[in-house]
Formats: sequence, C-alpha cells, structure tokens
Amino acid sequence: MSALPDTPTVTTVPVAPVTARKRSDFFYYGLRNKKLVFGLGLELLLVLLAIIGPMVAKYGPEAFTGAQLQHPGHTYWLGTDTLGHDIFSELVNGLRESYFVGALGAASASVVGMALGFAAGWRGGILDEVLQMVTNIIVMLPSLVLLVVIGSYLTSRSVLFEGVFIGLTTWPWVARAVRAQTFSLRSREFVEMAKLSGKRPVSIIVFDIAPNMASYLFLVIILLFGSSMLLAASYDFLGLGPTGTVSLGSMMNQAQNEAALLYHEWWWFIPPGAVLTAMVAALLVANVGLDEVFNPKLREQ
Amino acid sequence: MRRYLVRKLITYVLAFFVGVTIDWGIPHLMPGDPIQGLLSKFDLDSASYAALYKSFAQSFGLNVPLWQQYLDFWKGVLTGNMGISISDAPAKVTTLVFGAMPYTLALLVPAVVLSYVVGNRLGAAAARRKLLDNTVLPLGYIFQAIPYPWLALVVPYLLGVVWHVFPTAGAYSETLLPAWNWTFIASLLDHWFLPFLTVFLVSLGGWAIGMRNLVIYELENDASRYLRALGASERVVRRYAYRSASLPQLSGLALQLGVVIGGNIVTEIAFDYPGLGHLIFSAITSQDYFLLQGIFIFIVLAVLVANFVIDLVFITVDPRTRLSMQGAAA
Repeated sequence: MSALPDTPTVTTVPVAPVTARKRSDFFYYGLRNKKLVFGLGLELLLVLLAIIGPMVAKYGPEAFTGAQLQHPGHTYWLGTDTLGHDIFSELVNGLRESYFVGALGAASASVVGMALGFAAGWRGGILDEVLQMVTNIIVMLPSLVLLVVIGSYLTSRSVLFEGVFIGLTTWPWVARAVRAQTFSLRSREFVEMAKLSGKRPVSIIVFDIAPNMASYLFLVIILLFGSSMLLAASYDFLGLGPTGTVSLGSMMNQAQNEAALLYHEWWWFIPPGAVLTAMVAALLVANVGLDEVFNPKLREQ
Repeated sequence: MRRYLVRKLITYVLAFFVGVTIDWGIPHLMPGDPIQGLLSKFDLDSASYAALYKSFAQSFGLNVPLWQQYLDFWKGVLTGNMGISISDAPAKVTTLVFGAMPYTLALLVPAVVLSYVVGNRLGAAAARRKLLDNTVLPLGYIFQAIPYPWLALVVPYLLGVVWHVFPTAGAYSETLLPAWNWTFIASLLDHWFLPFLTVFLVSLGGWAIGMRNLVIYELENDASRYLRALGASERVVRRYAYRSASLPQLSGLALQLGVVIGGNIVTEIAFDYPGLGHLIFSAITSQDYFLLQGIFIFIVLAVLVANFVIDLVFITVDPRTRLSMQGAAA
C-alpha cells in the first residue's frame, strides 16, 4: 500500500537568489544536525551493504545451496528457504535492486514532473489548466490496479520497466510542487530582471528559478525515492515485479507462497521487510534533518 | 464556487473517460489476444482453430472495426453490462463484482477513516509537546517506512501464528456457510480484524507526522499569536490550529485514495480475503479478461466516488468554501 509522500510542508519560499549562499554554511549546520547525521549514516551503511554484500555473499541470489530451511547460523548467515536459497545472498541482492528501482522511479518522476511543473507554472493560462487536469486525473487512477492489468499481459518485465512505471504514476507529486513554487517565483524582481535582460524562458527557468527551489525539490525527490522503493516492494510481493531477479518484495512473495508464516520460518520474511523499513526510515529522518538545514526557520527547535 | 464545482465535475468525467479508455485499450495494445490465449490450451488442427477463432471473435464482438468495438465497450459500461465471466461461465461480471465489493468496503472504509482520525489526533497532540513528540515522531517515521507487505506478514505471524489470537486467512471460518446468524457474524469479525488492523496501521504514521508538522506551523502563525494575545487558553488555540491543519490533510486524503484503494489488492492477497483485489487476481490467473476489465472500471468508479465524498466533506468543513457557495447562489 506504501503511502506516497505527503508533499513536504513548505514553510518558506526563498526570498532572494541563493547563488551567494556559502557552501560551508551547509556543512556547518548539516554536521550539527543529529537527524541528518543519523539518517545519512544509516543510509550509507545500507548502501555499503548493497555494494559489498553481493561480493562477500557465498552464493548467487538464485543459487541452490543444497540445504533447505536452515536456521540462521555460521554457514548460512541468515538461513535458507524451502527452495534452498541462501537468505543473506538474496537479501543483499534485493537491497541493490531496491535502490536501483528507487533511483529509477525518483528520476523518471522528477524528469516528467519538473518538465510539466515548470511549464505549467511559467506559462500559466490554458497550458496550466490542461496540465493540472492531467495531473488530477493521473492521481485518481489506481496505479497498482493498472499495473496488475498491464502486468497480466506482459510475460517478462525488467527492472527498468518497474522503475519507469512507478515514475510515470508518481510524477504528479513533483509537478504539483514545482508548479506551485514556480508560480510564486515568477513574479519576483530578479525574474523580472532576467526577463528584461532578454534571457530566454528556458534559461530563466534553469538558472534563475530552479536554483531557488533546489533544496525543496531535493526533499521531494528524496521522499519519492523512498516511496518508489515501497511501491516496488508491493508490486514484487504480488509477483508483478521484474521477472528473473530477486528483490526484497519477491522474497516476501515467496515466503508468503510457501506458507513460511505457518511453519515459523521467521528468518525468511523478517529480514527483507526490516531492511527495507530501515532504508526508507533513514531517508525520512535524513529528509527532516535536511529540511532543518535548508530552512533556518526550523533550525532553532 | 460554481466554477470550482464545474471544474471538479469535468475532472471526474475526464478521469472516468480516461479510465474506461485505458481499460478498453490495454488488451488491444498488449501482445497476444485473449482468443489466442484461450485456444492455445487446446490441441487443434488449423481448420478447426480458424473456425473456433472466428466463432469466438464473433461472440466477443471482436470481428467489427476497432472504433465500433470501442463504442460497444462504452455502451456496455454505461448500461452496466460488462459481459459474462469466462472462468465462472454463466455468472455475469457485475454479479461477481457486487459479490466481492462488500468485503472490500468493509475493510477499507473503517480502516481509512479510523487511521485518518486517530493519526491526526495523535499528531496534533504530539505537536510541541516534548514527551509525546519524542515517542510519536520516531514511531511515526518507522510506520511510514514499513513496506505494507511486510506488515501483512509480521502482524498475522505474531497475532495469528505465534499467539493464536486471530485467524490469518479467509473472510470466515471454512466450516461455516454464509448466513445471518451470530456464529457467522462472529467469525466474520474475527477474520476481518487482522487485515483491518494492517491497513489501519500502515497509514497511521503518515497522518500523524503530517498533522504534527502542520499544527506546529499553525501554532506559530499570526492567528494563533493573536488568539493568545486575546487571552485564549492554549486548549482553544490548539483547537483552532487543528481545524486549519485539517484542510491540507483532507486534500491529502483525497490524493491518497487511488493508492489506498488499489493497495487493497495486497491486503486481500496476503490475507486471502475475498474482495475485489482477490477477484482481480483470480481473473488474471484464469485469464478472464472480461472480469478483469469489469473490476478495473469498478475500482476507478470507487476512487471517483470517494473523491467526490471528500469534496462534499470539504464543503462542510471549510467555511470559506461554504460561504463562497452561498455567495454564488445569491
């Protein structure tokens, strides 16, 4: 079910162009923010596990180890499942795939959402009306059901397909945020100045407007990254994920299909969900920390 | 305000149009057609294959031009005739859908409403209160981060398998036949609880955190300062802050509905609960395309209706909407 991000509550809209902001400022406040350090630290650990894990794992993610349903122990660190897969090997590979899908989903949603959001916010008028209508419609379509229907016709699906599909159903969140911010920025003096100087709209958007919402956009993208990973887990759990790969969701799917619950095979389904929870929670906490670093107003608390 | 309502209405009509068109289009865009899929199960020589193909195409209305198929599809949608299920042969698609719908509604409506109410109350209570905030906030983040499928495995594992408090699958005990007596209703409730609990829990954290942030923001705005300056008690200030903060939360709820209603598929699969999500899955495994299309339309409709209900709630909650509507009528 994996809720989509509530669009972060915007408390301030940057007042002046930020080109003058000192980079050192960011690190000064960043390193003193406990939430940011904790969230980022935990996330880095998990990323390291995703990178190094598959190298130190003794088995391939889908290799048959010869031992079924082993408890976690010395040989099989997290045990094995009924099919004889080594859970640790599956887990670290699934971790890698989760990050991959999350990045793909966030990237594709950002590209579409930013393009449409900037266009709607900058041009306004009919274009804005139409794009808003499209956004509202996309938000209302139940994307999971859509994927179920599409997935039922596709016999093979790639990680790329899953990531891009997620992006194509979640971009309205970015588009709404970008549109609202562009709307409020485009009548500022510095934008008027840029217009008077004869700059072209695209370069105004890229060099004058976008930098002023960069921090806000960054926060939205982080939330999208997390929610993409959660959505992917749901898709994979239903068996609609990429075919021929192991993911955290597909591990839970197998555990469910093989009735791991009833046989108390907890080591099979606890780790994938626990790791994913940690991955997303670390992102959320880092996100709040970043918000405080970017937003002086929130900082004192 | 009339403009607002008209725009909403246009959005709904367009969304329905897009939904129906996608529903119709997907089988046509996808490789392989349903008839081929059906016939591939039989060992046929080419002559009888061609004959059967033609007869199926005719009875499914696939032998007419594409635009006419599209119009026929619309006619079916508008007259509520979604055809006959292939897998459950004499049963109409609509009959199957209406049979499954009560289960889905019984799960979703209480879970969504309760998690919204409880989450918001918790979040509002936690805002700017050190002790409560220190528990609600971290728990909120964890709950927001939990992948739903995992919740649907861990909760029944603990409450069903380890502690034997609730059954973990089905909508009622297999030894019972549906009837309106207390044993059956008790069994229904018993089986309903775990899936309900997981749906309730999964969105709780998001609402709590959202509300907490909004209330903090509201408590610091000029209206709250003014109220305090007038000598209002903190309780009153909070009550007003809560009311203003409810509006963005309510529109957030409207935005989530598509995800929540669609997400119910995961719940019903995990708990083997015989609602619409379960039905859509059995339609896929049996390649019952008509059933699939029919359920999709109903889910789209459900999302639109739920959105409309939230629009109505908005009008009653937000005095500005109400006032401007009276203004427009006068």
